[in-house]
Amino acid sequence: MTSRAALRRLPLNAAATVTVALCLFPVYWMVATAFKPSRDIQSENPQLLPRSWTLDHFRRAIDADGFGLFWRNSVLVTLGAVALALLVALGASFAVARMRWRGRRQFMLMVFVAQMAPWESLIIPVYIISRDTGMLDRLPTLTLVYFMMTLPFTIVVLRGFIATIPAELEESAQVDGCTRLGAFRHVAFPLLAPGLMATSLFGYITAWNEFAYANFLIIKEQDHRTLPVWLSSFHNTFGTDWGATMAASTLFALPALAVFLLLQRHVTSGFAAGAVKG
Amino acid sequence: MSVVRERTTPRALTRPPRRPPGPHRRPTMSGAWPYLLVAPAVLGMLYLLVYPLARAVLISFQDFGLRQLILGDAHFTGFDNYTTLLSDPRFWTVVRRTFLFMAVNVALIMVLSTLVALMVERLGRFGRTAVLSALVLTWAMPVVAATTVFQWLFHSEFGIVNHALTGLGFSSFDGYPWLAHGPAAFTILVALVVWQSVPFAAITLYSALTTVPAELYEAARIDGASGPRIFRSVTLPIVRPIFMLVLSLEVIWTFKAFVQIWVMTRGGPGDATTILPVYAVQTALAGQRYDLGAAASMVTVLLMSGVLVAYFRQMFRQENEL
Repeated sequence: MTSRAALRRLPLNAAATVTVALCLFPVYWMVATAFKPSRDIQSENPQLLPRSWTLDHFRRAIDADGFGLFWRNSVLVTLGAVALALLVALGASFAVARMRWRGRRQFMLMVFVAQMAPWESLIIPVYIISRDTGMLDRLPTLTLVYFMMTLPFTIVVLRGFIATIPAELEESAQVDGCTRLGAFRHVAFPLLAPGLMATSLFGYITAWNEFAYANFLIIKEQDHRTLPVWLSSFHNTFGTDWGATMAASTLFALPALAVFLLLQRHVTSGFAAGAVKG
Repeated sequence: MSVVRERTTPRALTRPPRRPPGPHRRPTMSGAWPYLLVAPAVLGMLYLLVYPLARAVLISFQDFGLRQLILGDAHFTGFDNYTTLLSDPRFWTVVRRTFLFMAVNVALIMVLSTLVALMVERLGRFGRTAVLSALVLTWAMPVVAATTVFQWLFHSEFGIVNHALTGLGFSSFDGYPWLAHGPAAFTILVALVVWQSVPFAAITLYSALTTVPAELYEAARIDGASGPRIFRSVTLPIVRPIFMLVLSLEVIWTFKAFVQIWVMTRGGPGDATTILPVYAVQTALAGQRYDLGAAASMVTVLLMSGVLVAYFRQMFRQENEL
């Protein structure tokens, strides 16, 4: 009986195995190549499991020209954009979730439209505007663009989080003599911390990964490049050194993978729906 | 503690009702506050989204090349750029290729992710966790890193894909240079985009599937409905709104493949992987024809906006809040 049931489930489990393999193989191969000695990478018979391990490639990736600098640039731009987006979104979502005012619906509509902004088609005007205003080759320009990319999502999610906190909590604080904003700061804000965490991490991933604007707005000032652009030009840095290239990819992907795994529960349950909604 | 002492005066200032308070139960603190709070967001959207869009429209009606970029003496030429663009056979090839790229990607993504979602729903606890974790990990892979990895997977000499294909008996793949052949490069990009997009679609569809009440399935089974019939009459109607949302999102996100294409092939070999956003940026930044590039971008936005409108209608029907 049970064996027959197991047999019937065989195609299903086989399909699941194939899915997991297809999903994980490229990621696995990146990490495996990064740890393999060069002679195993350039062999006629590549081995699925590395026979010996080495950290040489990671050493070469880290020692490569400008790696530390680009890492720092990426972190600066990302943190700046996320902090700015959080600050602005906190005010806006508080106004939307807690206050009644004319133009509220229109504002939210604008946010939803902004979320679907065709960034790929705005590269040319943003390039020209930055050039006219002397903002080309400068990191603050990228910070501003990433801020705008993450802002709508941040507002939508934070609005949701604020709406789940009972307004009565703040009201009682106000009865006790708090101002409206004081009540928000001391009562609702601490409850909002998990929401702020989740939202900022998603914004952080967007900004960390962004390539197109970093590529076209930072042209002459090579010292202001960010990690994705650096990685995309690995041929210039590493030539045909695939071990170092994969080590660099691993180092670049690691923070994003870590964040996603930490957030996995959110991602697979409610957050997927939240991401669709906006 | 300090909370209590904190400014009690402003309360007195904002509290006195300027007009009859109306039916609001809660203090609404109307007046300038909400507008001050949303002002930074609105200003940001105006300067960083609306203004660039308006500027792109403007440039697409101007004569705007390298000279005008430096001297700033662009003048209007009416629809000249659009006429030039629309009479260029290369542009139409790119449009056709964009639609082909979109159709192949979206069809593969939707079919595969629906299958994966249905599969995950039927799996046991262990299998479900395993598949979902794998999907999340794939989803988390940064675009540029994934693109680099795919270049390595399909490397002509040492790539594992060529090795595997040769091992399976397709000896013509021995040292096959994927990125040197148009259709092959196109295929790799489709594979990459599909690999990166299926996780989001599958997870979202799966979470939609879990909202179908189990009693409905039971009732249908008692009524003697077959598996496909249950899917068509019970599952599909409930999942359809989310399905349409994901579908339109994937259509819109096709244009995001700009990054993968630019990193991997820059639209090459020849023109084989050039889709609209790539064409626009090539024309503007490589050919110094910002006017034509802006016009191509505006055509892209126009094409997208049809899908966007469908997406928003679906979303607001779903939400009916806002």
